[in-house]
Amino acid sequence: MALHFELVTPARLVRSEEVHMVVIPGTEGEMGVLQGHAPFMTTIKDGPLKIYRTENGAPEEVRIQGGFAEVGANGLTVLAEHAEG
Amino acid sequence: MASLKELKGRINSVKSTQKITKAKQMVAAAKLRKAQAAAEAGRPYAQRLAEVMASLSSKITVTDNSPRLLAGTGANSVHLLVVANSDKGLAGAFNSNIVKAALTAARRLEAEGKSVLFYLIGRKGRAVISRNYPKAILQSFDTTDVRTPGFDEAEKIADELVKLYEDGRFDVAHLFFSKFKNALTQEPTEQQIIPVPAPKAASAKTDAGAVVEYEPDEEEILAALLPRYLKTQIFGALLENMASEQGASMTAMDNATRNAGDLIKALTIQYNRSRQAAITTELVEIIAGAEAL
Repeated sequence: MALHFELVTPARLVRSEEVHMVVIPGTEGEMGVLQGHAPFMTTIKDGPLKIYRTENGAPEEVRIQGGFAEVGANGLTVLAEHAEG
Repeated sequence: MASLKELKGRINSVKSTQKITKAKQMVAAAKLRKAQAAAEAGRPYAQRLAEVMASLSSKITVTDNSPRLLAGTGANSVHLLVVANSDKGLAGAFNSNIVKAALTAARRLEAEGKSVLFYLIGRKGRAVISRNYPKAILQSFDTTDVRTPGFDEAEKIADELVKLYEDGRFDVAHLFFSKFKNALTQEPTEQQIIPVPAPKAASAKTDAGAVVEYEPDEEEILAALLPRYLKTQIFGALLENMASEQGASMTAMDNATRNAGDLIKALTIQYNRSRQAAITTELVEIIAGAEAL
């Protein structure tokens, strides 16, 4: 079960891959997105985005700043102004 | 008639000019490739953002309580013209075309009885606009100390614009830049940026039927997205401008190199002719001298 995840900044497409789960630092609390999540849109506060490639693996962290996340039929898209990691 | 030495000097000076224009042409070609790649890389973000904006604004009706960036100030009297130029010349008519478009728009707006202010990005074009509208330059943004204007610059410009807007300095803002079509053609373009024009809802098919949850609600998200959308628009314009500048520069320098080649050819022919004439005169003199003996 894989979630299609894209991280886009104005300068480039940072990530486009299949992952297990992504934890987003939403403005109203952290939330984990798995495959098959309901359509959803939220703004993001500055903080680490945790990417779990496998179910039990250690997460990879990407610090993002100024952005929002959208979950649609084709997976999760995070638009951020700055991303590093 | 110019002496041989003078001609030789001129040929040499044109030759060194040609070297410069050729070097500039090659630099522009390399930079153009880079600028095009940057413009390409920025496209997914702009596209996504426009889609989201479209689907959001189709769900919200603009009222007096809507964010002012979307609804406008309610007035339509002071127009701000944001003119994006480059810092360097040697790019043919690139800068003057943008300035010309801005000045035409300024005259049109003034004829409609509106007042016009300018916000200038880049060093070129400042002189022309300040000569035509000496008191209308509100602010200018300096890009001389950065090599390639990037998202950070776009961010700063957008922040300054939003601040000026919130201080009530202007009602409508238009952005002037050069749209990159290909290396030969660049199109001076005018685009309204404030109030933010709602993107066309072309993406209606992407979320047809899906009930999307919003967190926080639509209006708050929209309010958060508007400044970002503005930044992206400015960033896109800066990228287009950069590619256009390099394209225009490449074309202009190609022409200059060719003209210099023609000039060198003409001067060389003239040089050889006068050299031959000098030899002939000398021979005639010697023969005449020998005959006189």
